[in-house]
Amino acid sequence: MSRFRPPPWLVLLLPAIIILTAVVMIPLLLSLYSSFTPYRLTRPETLYKWIGTFNYEKAMKSAHFWAAFGRTILLLTIALNLEMLMGLGLALLVNKVTYGQRALRTVMMFPMMFSPILVGFQFKFIFNDNVGLVNNALQSLGLSNVAIPWLVDGQLAFTAILVAEMWSSTSVFAILILAGLFAVPRDPIEAAKVDGCTPWQSFRHITLPYIMPFIYIALAIRSLDVARAYDIVQIMTNGGPARRTELLWTLIGRTGYVDAKMGYANAMGYISIFLAIFFTIYFFRKLNAARSELGMAG
Amino acid sequence: MAQVHLQKVVKKYGSLQVVHGIDLEIADNEFVVLVGPSGCGKSTTLRMIAGLEAISGGEIKIGERLVNDLPPRHRNISMVFQNYALYPHMTVRENLGFSLKIAKRPQQEIDKAVDEAAQILSLTEYMDRKPGALSGGQRQRVAMGRAIVRHPEVFLFDEPLSNLDAKLRTQMRTEIKKLHQKVKSTIVYVTHDQVEAMTLADRIVIMRDGYIEQVGTPLDVFETPANTFVATFIGSPPMNLLHGRVTGNEIAIDGGPAIGVPEPFTGKVQEGQKVILGFRADNLMPYGHAMPMESGCAEFDMTVNLSEPLGTETLLFGSLAGKEVQAKMLNPRPVADGERLQFRLDLARCHLFDADSQQALR
Repeated sequence: MSRFRPPPWLVLLLPAIIILTAVVMIPLLLSLYSSFTPYRLTRPETLYKWIGTFNYEKAMKSAHFWAAFGRTILLLTIALNLEMLMGLGLALLVNKVTYGQRALRTVMMFPMMFSPILVGFQFKFIFNDNVGLVNNALQSLGLSNVAIPWLVDGQLAFTAILVAEMWSSTSVFAILILAGLFAVPRDPIEAAKVDGCTPWQSFRHITLPYIMPFIYIALAIRSLDVARAYDIVQIMTNGGPARRTELLWTLIGRTGYVDAKMGYANAMGYISIFLAIFFTIYFFRKLNAARSELGMAG
Repeated sequence: MAQVHLQKVVKKYGSLQVVHGIDLEIADNEFVVLVGPSGCGKSTTLRMIAGLEAISGGEIKIGERLVNDLPPRHRNISMVFQNYALYPHMTVRENLGFSLKIAKRPQQEIDKAVDEAAQILSLTEYMDRKPGALSGGQRQRVAMGRAIVRHPEVFLFDEPLSNLDAKLRTQMRTEIKKLHQKVKSTIVYVTHDQVEAMTLADRIVIMRDGYIEQVGTPLDVFETPANTFVATFIGSPPMNLLHGRVTGNEIAIDGGPAIGVPEPFTGKVQEGQKVILGFRADNLMPYGHAMPMESGCAEFDMTVNLSEPLGTETLLFGSLAGKEVQAKMLNPRPVADGERLQFRLDLARCHLFDADSQQALR
């Protein structure tokens, strides 16, 4: 009798293929499929009912979805820009320090060591309208005599979330930009000084082009992070009150697990993925442009 | 008009002093080369003139202006760096015009100055390339072009040729010399290569360990070195130095022959004085292969350990009084290792140094 002998490459790749299929391919295909069904976690049989693109159409027409989509983009834009500027400033300051710089660098990374959940709880306390630090401080200083509803008013809550987000992640920018500053060669800076540049002009024309690739790497990483923002918002406001701070993933999470409408949640998830993909591609394009500017691409 | 005056200039890093109060006067349009071994303070001195290093003591004046506390941008200087220090994100044209753009000059003037510099350095073909797409020599020319577009009062060169290969270095050396003739400006040039120093300089400043050892024209420092350091540093192969003691009107080389006190030094040495006799390979030649010697010469035998034929001449390595001595053979014939030859030493071309102070006896 002849036995089937698979070719060696297949045998060698088989473990990887099996694991990737089980861990990535099946869940991915299943979720994609389920987005075309009215699948509800509470009624498993709904998984077998095909409804075509109904969920996608529903999401596209949903005001809640687009509000969350817009708010996520808003958070992403504001948070990334502010974090970038503050991180840049922080990195430039730390780069000037000659004594104790290592210790400072370590301290600078402390916020990255906390779980976002804990950061959420901490800022929820800080911004609490009755016992929170912010209101207490404002009242003690006589700057305000009312309890400002930090986490209730839509815009204030958005600001509070923004502050928490920035506190926890500005150091990502600071660390990456600092690495970039370390890599800037000394000679061109000195040449610029001799060529008549003021310190600001040296920074603008020489240092900045050198650190742009690092800034874009940080932006790419952080854009993925913020586009899937969930934990801090979930803890601080749970997307509320009355959806005033709803972001894409708090909406999707609630739809999928609380309302148990997994099919619909998956459809929104697939639309949202494009947001993350768009920003990643955008920043990588920028990164490559900045690198080839410096003659580093190859 | 830009002279450069250095007066008692000191550089300290913490408690470590690296430049010990040097004095130097550089005339307008003069090409001065600072030369010395690594760590002698020559680059530090140049960077202090540029304003890239703070001055710990003394005074530096450019023209009539005291520049001690002026930042580089107010000193009206340009500098060419060892690693070119081009701006990698700018094209050659932008690199050349950068300083003028920063100074907010009208575009027309910038274009004119850039084109002129490109013409002088034959860079016109590469104007739209970035430094990454240029060869070492081309980059070096861009660096020089960037320096000349501004018509500064003083050019500073910090070992500009040390990253180039030998052939290109010779070529660029000539171009720098031509550039000096064209742009007529004061140049301070740092190198550790004594050939560059000799060929380029109007005056050479030889430095060691943060002190100036000698200042003079290239021929000056070659023919009348102030001390044994200058004697061995300038000239290739380095000057032969032999220790000896004055006895009567002869110098008894330690463990070697006695040689008559060269004429210029008679009466300037004392009986029993410890001296160092210095002579170049060019003045020690085997009998029959030598230049005619004007006045007195000393003759002695020496075994040749090694010979290096160079074509027009052969360099001979022998040992005299236990020390290696180099000699030259004109119209060379093959010399076998271990061959014993009779040598003639041109006494008129010998140097004498005091053994204790290492300073030249004059």
